[in-house]
Amino acid sequence: MKVYIRSSACISPQNTFRNGDFLADTVEYTSTRLTAIEPDYKEFVDPKLLRRMSRIIKMGVATAQECLNKANNVMPEAIITGTAYGCLEDTVTFLTRIIEQGEEMLPPTSFIQSTHNTVAAQIALMLQCHGYNNTFVHKGISFESALLDAIMLLNEKEADNILVGGTDEITDTSFTVLTRLGLYRRWPVSNLDLYATRSKGSIGGEGAAFFMLTDKPSPDNLAELTGIRTIYKPITLKDIEKRVAAFLAENDLTIDDIGLVITGKSGDLRHDEIYEELDLSLFKNSALANYKHLCGEYPTSSSFALWLASNIIKNGSVPAVTIERGLIKTPPKKILVYNHYQKIYHSLMLISAI
Amino acid sequence: MSSTAYIAGVGVISAIGNNVPEHLAAFEREQPGMGEITMLDTIYQGKIPVAEVKLKNSELAAMTGMPADISRTTLLSLVAAQEALADAQIPGLDELRTGFVSANTVGGMDKSEDFFIDFVKDNSKGKLKNVYDHECGSITEIVAEKLGLKDYMTTISTACSSSANAIFYGARLIKNDVLDVVVAGGADALTKFTLNGFNTLMILDPEFCKPFDEHRQGLNLGEGAGYVVLVSDKVAKTLRKAPCCKLSGYNNSNDAYHQTASSPDGTGSYLAMKGALERSGLRPSDINYINLHGTGTPNNDSAEGTAITRVFETEYPPVSSTKSFTGHTLGASGGVEAVFSVLAIRHGLIYPNLRFKTRMNEIPFKPETKFLKGQNISHVMSNSFGFGGNCTSLIFSKI
Repeated sequence: MKVYIRSSACISPQNTFRNGDFLADTVEYTSTRLTAIEPDYKEFVDPKLLRRMSRIIKMGVATAQECLNKANNVMPEAIITGTAYGCLEDTVTFLTRIIEQGEEMLPPTSFIQSTHNTVAAQIALMLQCHGYNNTFVHKGISFESALLDAIMLLNEKEADNILVGGTDEITDTSFTVLTRLGLYRRWPVSNLDLYATRSKGSIGGEGAAFFMLTDKPSPDNLAELTGIRTIYKPITLKDIEKRVAAFLAENDLTIDDIGLVITGKSGDLRHDEIYEELDLSLFKNSALANYKHLCGEYPTSSSFALWLASNIIKNGSVPAVTIERGLIKTPPKKILVYNHYQKIYHSLMLISAI
Repeated sequence: MSSTAYIAGVGVISAIGNNVPEHLAAFEREQPGMGEITMLDTIYQGKIPVAEVKLKNSELAAMTGMPADISRTTLLSLVAAQEALADAQIPGLDELRTGFVSANTVGGMDKSEDFFIDFVKDNSKGKLKNVYDHECGSITEIVAEKLGLKDYMTTISTACSSSANAIFYGARLIKNDVLDVVVAGGADALTKFTLNGFNTLMILDPEFCKPFDEHRQGLNLGEGAGYVVLVSDKVAKTLRKAPCCKLSGYNNSNDAYHQTASSPDGTGSYLAMKGALERSGLRPSDINYINLHGTGTPNNDSAEGTAITRVFETEYPPVSSTKSFTGHTLGASGGVEAVFSVLAIRHGLIYPNLRFKTRMNEIPFKPETKFLKGQNISHVMSNSFGFGGNCTSLIFSKI
């Protein structure tokens, strides 16, 4: 069985939503926090509902709707999302009110919308989709877990079309707390200079990316999702190399067959050392691209990377702003995405031309 | 793609017991776990009953060999998952591909609440250790590490159906030959966040809950954890103790009606039960017992009752809500009740629905009110429905 990406949509800190120029007009930020560029949601969501929805719900629902539009509005048989933090804004609102109001006179809306499955549920409600509906919330592999679920459902012949997405939002509170925990840099930096300035900490990001997966071939499909793999806490660099090579070998490939490697370099020197060492060993002859300077670091950022990879395959061109190394003469036919989150959760995705 | 997922072991902790034998004894004594709030620092102490696990964090920590200052959800999860693995006694576990699929709804919220008290006053304050494991996935990760289940782990959060989804996701990991052994279920501790949340929705019963009763007034919140150990065909053959049942059916459907309320005709629950029956190849009349979602809220019990009426028509099997003992353990409930379903098959039991007096007007059947032993139970259905219209039914079948 082959798994195809039939359509995709992405809201991110770049102009990625309903924009055909594919990252040509890059948005520069001088900050340690990148905020998603949101569309006018009225076209996607009933304005009455819109008023009550937090940003992550709006981003998720609109991205899902746009992804469906691009797949001829087919009704998916399953809706699966991945989010590490869930609906943070509503969670923090309710928690703060509990403390500030001494547990009294609390309005229920933020509690109702704080549950992690709210985005998937609101999509089901919007589509009147009674099919399989699931939400994975496992840190740096939340999105990859959702993808694995979708691939298994296709393999089980449970569904022909599955809507899969990754969503995470950054809020003032999460930005403050995660900065205190050392995830982000202490001083503002241009996102376009992220890799040129060596420092501890990355820049915070957020976004929503949705994909319609199917096992049905069609010339309209964007790309094939050839494989995914997650690795928990690999011990040594050798271990990572071995497992990347094994993953490629399972797909009858070697690293020489890969036209482009997209890595999750985040600008945090503690995390980037793994990528830098691989760049000199396993990936030494590979063309390399980065993406986190565009969307920021967040646990489901691999959904942005999959959006990038599948659109590179479809468009046959690699946006200049992503290229780190290597002359890309011919459009890549096979792309490997390698990301790790905080060195703990590593993931591999292999995307091929159809 | 081949293997059925067999149930090799179970483990549970809730307000009525800290392990499987204590639960069986509490069911037989018809002893519910609700009482006054003693552990949460809340204005609702003495006003709203809850079903607390009767051990302090320090006692749970001592049982598990973990520090006492971590999330109570992690401690509950570890107690039940350890019991399940010990019950399964899988030979050569280290050589097998093992995984942990766990569910919860609010992660380390109990510790985040402590953090926020100081943080709200001054954003540079609040002990970071208390917020470090806020994410749902952190709970799973700590427990998986402790149990050495590291080939694959993930976390599911679909409100009150979370751990039912975790269980059948675990079965599918076996079916798709990703893993040989999966410990699956979920955990949730009581928190001020959920207590206040459900209170704002005005669905907490000020007295002990009365599921499926005409005069029911709402649910009682509970806490706990429940896990099953799922194994492949191949592993099942190597077990010292033959597995008593398998997961024969499952289905996840969405009500697509409202973020919190169930549709009046119970569309989501109907589709979940019907789908699970179809997958198992069973007829409605084959089901010997339904462990209801049965929260005790007017809305849930009416929708679930209507859906059961539609699926089972005239042949209603015995049904009961064990939430009349444990309270509603939210993200843990699907796991806790899956354990009860397996025990019903293993020991031939039907559990009583406590405090039931008056049949609901809109449905033609009433729940079982006596503890029944020596029953021939071959197929048990377990229902778990949640916010966001997430409805899941599981069917466990005797081997």
